[in-house]
Amino acid sequence: MTAIQKKAVNPIAHLSAEDIEILGKELDAIRDRVIADRGERDARYIRRLIKTQRTLEMSSRAVLLFSLFPPAWIVGTAGLTVAKILDNMEIGHNVLHGQWDWMRDPKIHSTTWEWDHVSPAAQWKQSHNELHHRYTNVLGKDNDLGYGIMRVDEDQPWSPGHLGQPFYNLLNACFFEYGIAAYDLELGQNLRDGGHKKPEFRARARAVGRKIRRQVLKDYVVHPLLSGPSFLSTLAATFTANLIRNLWSHSVIMCGHFPSGVETFEKTSIEGETRGEWYLRQMLGSANISGSRLLHIMTGNLSYQIEHHLFPDLPSNRYQEIAPQVRALFDRYGLKYTTGPLPKQVASAWWKVIRLSLPNRKSKAPKPVAPAPLVSAGA
Amino acid sequence: MTTTARPKASFRHRLLRLAETVTTPLLPADYLDLVAPLRAGAPLRGRIVAVRPETRDAATVVIQPGRGWRGHLPGQYVRLGVDVDGVRQWRAYSVTSVPGGADRLITVTVKAIPDGKVSNHLVRRIRPGTIVQLDQAQGDFVLPAATPERVLFVTAGSGITPVMAMLRAGLTARADVVLVHSAPSRDDVIFGAELRALAATGALRLVERHTDTEGLLGVHELADLVPDHAERQTWACGPIGLLDAVERHWADRGVAERLHTERFRPTVISPGEGGTVTFTGAGVTVEADGGTPLLDAGEEAGVLMPSGCRMGICFGCVVPLRQGAVRDLRNGDLTTAVPGDGVLVQTCVSAAAGTCDIEI
Repeated sequence: MTAIQKKAVNPIAHLSAEDIEILGKELDAIRDRVIADRGERDARYIRRLIKTQRTLEMSSRAVLLFSLFPPAWIVGTAGLTVAKILDNMEIGHNVLHGQWDWMRDPKIHSTTWEWDHVSPAAQWKQSHNELHHRYTNVLGKDNDLGYGIMRVDEDQPWSPGHLGQPFYNLLNACFFEYGIAAYDLELGQNLRDGGHKKPEFRARARAVGRKIRRQVLKDYVVHPLLSGPSFLSTLAATFTANLIRNLWSHSVIMCGHFPSGVETFEKTSIEGETRGEWYLRQMLGSANISGSRLLHIMTGNLSYQIEHHLFPDLPSNRYQEIAPQVRALFDRYGLKYTTGPLPKQVASAWWKVIRLSLPNRKSKAPKPVAPAPLVSAGA
Repeated sequence: MTTTARPKASFRHRLLRLAETVTTPLLPADYLDLVAPLRAGAPLRGRIVAVRPETRDAATVVIQPGRGWRGHLPGQYVRLGVDVDGVRQWRAYSVTSVPGGADRLITVTVKAIPDGKVSNHLVRRIRPGTIVQLDQAQGDFVLPAATPERVLFVTAGSGITPVMAMLRAGLTARADVVLVHSAPSRDDVIFGAELRALAATGALRLVERHTDTEGLLGVHELADLVPDHAERQTWACGPIGLLDAVERHWADRGVAERLHTERFRPTVISPGEGGTVTFTGAGVTVEADGGTPLLDAGEEAGVLMPSGCRMGICFGCVVPLRQGAVRDLRNGDLTTAVPGDGVLVQTCVSAAAGTCDIEI
């Protein structure tokens, strides 16, 4: 049974074990309906998106060859930034989830895809898909909770080192792709326990090194050199594009699990977890971002983080279609669907990082009221 | 001369390497595919040029193959990878055009079979301009280098298609040809008008069998229809029942070496619950029941299986299903594959549903 311990009010106390299993069945039904309907429309979507991204990337890099002219710098940098964001978010993240494997196109497949990111796809898949999605928001299991360096939950013990975490978080945001690569390597853990001497770790570290070398060579050597007299301005452009991409993806990902209203779980609470309970943990452990269609595409539909965590392998373009059904289930089962506009969610997540850099204070907030038990959840 | 050719090749190679440093993590080819999918050096593809109806349920699909197309021999087939409802499906079709046409186009002729995903898509829905995946032509259902003097074709339905390529390539000028062809009715005969025109000029003896009114062709009837059939080099193509009967007939007469047959579907997959699983790379074969994930079955047998979340989420356990049938344990969906399909399955949520070969 999923138990949220040490909380003043357990947000699922009103649900019986049977309610939770029926909830699981209802979510399974949503998934089955999408899979039955998945087809040409979806394939067209991802192919068009990939084509758009590649066209945008190459044309922006071509424009940047003349980046000495300020208008070319602005247009090229903006285009390259958007191309990098699309590559990482709506395309890379989702292809690597296996969301498009059903097309059986070896060119758009989780086993063959590589992305514009310093963490090699294979390593990112392992840490993200196996650990984060399986152990979502479980303290001590899901390293996405503070990336192993920050305190993002009252239940994590405080130490003086946490005083600097607003600064670490900003630094991590600026160089987020390197943070992810280190995180996928479990660099901190491996350095602490001597795992960095193992041949398996060294092979993975070498793979990261090769990927970094290729990425750096492309963005900071070859492309600027090809720009000739525009060398320095192109260098500034690619650096800016990478910086904005990093800040953007860091913000979106912070919004997924850090804002207030998102629950965390004890290690012991997931022992013998059923399918229904697993679903429930995903529902309570994720938060959405509200906004326009463009915002959803630029976030890789991680603005539908709740739907994504419930069904990580459904094509991302479907999340906004099923969101009303998912939300209706939240309402019916008396659960809180956490969502808000991007600035509000980013601020909320940052506030948590800042607040928890200090030790816990005694709560002055009034005790929240527990929801009433369900009368007919399955109806 | 190699001395002058080498610097050029090396320059091209260096240019390619430079391009790769700019396109990484993608390859220059990934960008070229956007503008020139049929260029030399690309994975073999084709563009649909036209779809011409032949009968009420058959059509000829005209394809412009990519620059890498190496040509075909009359009677050979080509595998087409077509995206149907967004899913890539591979099927084999006989090439019906004459090799080496000036326009470099090839044709395949497809008969829509009931519930046939790909055949119905090709006959009724595919639009000119669509890109399809191709393989090089293959198959040994071809005429020998020395054309036999007397030839018999026994065909039914779309089985006429490889034979049509041979006839169009001028076989009738070099040999005495008899064609015994079965179709439900006169209007259902694919290439009916063309065959009858050939027969009218005396180039070919055509025996049409309209099975709706005359019943299925019994192989014993060949003795009356073509008295010298056992002496002729014979090529047969059609449904499995016809081919089995013909093979028995020729074998009984001790002339099996004069018979050549073509089957597009050598393996019939009959999905069941559980089955024999072979991990081809590891060389391990196990019996797995219908409730055991392939991942568990492989690991229990000591196969080094890639694995991940073990609950169908992470796709860390995906491996190719070379052939056979598996059932998705989550929803009971069946996935079947024949060699060359390149179907990948999640071993942690798939169980054997019949005999299957896993490439690991």
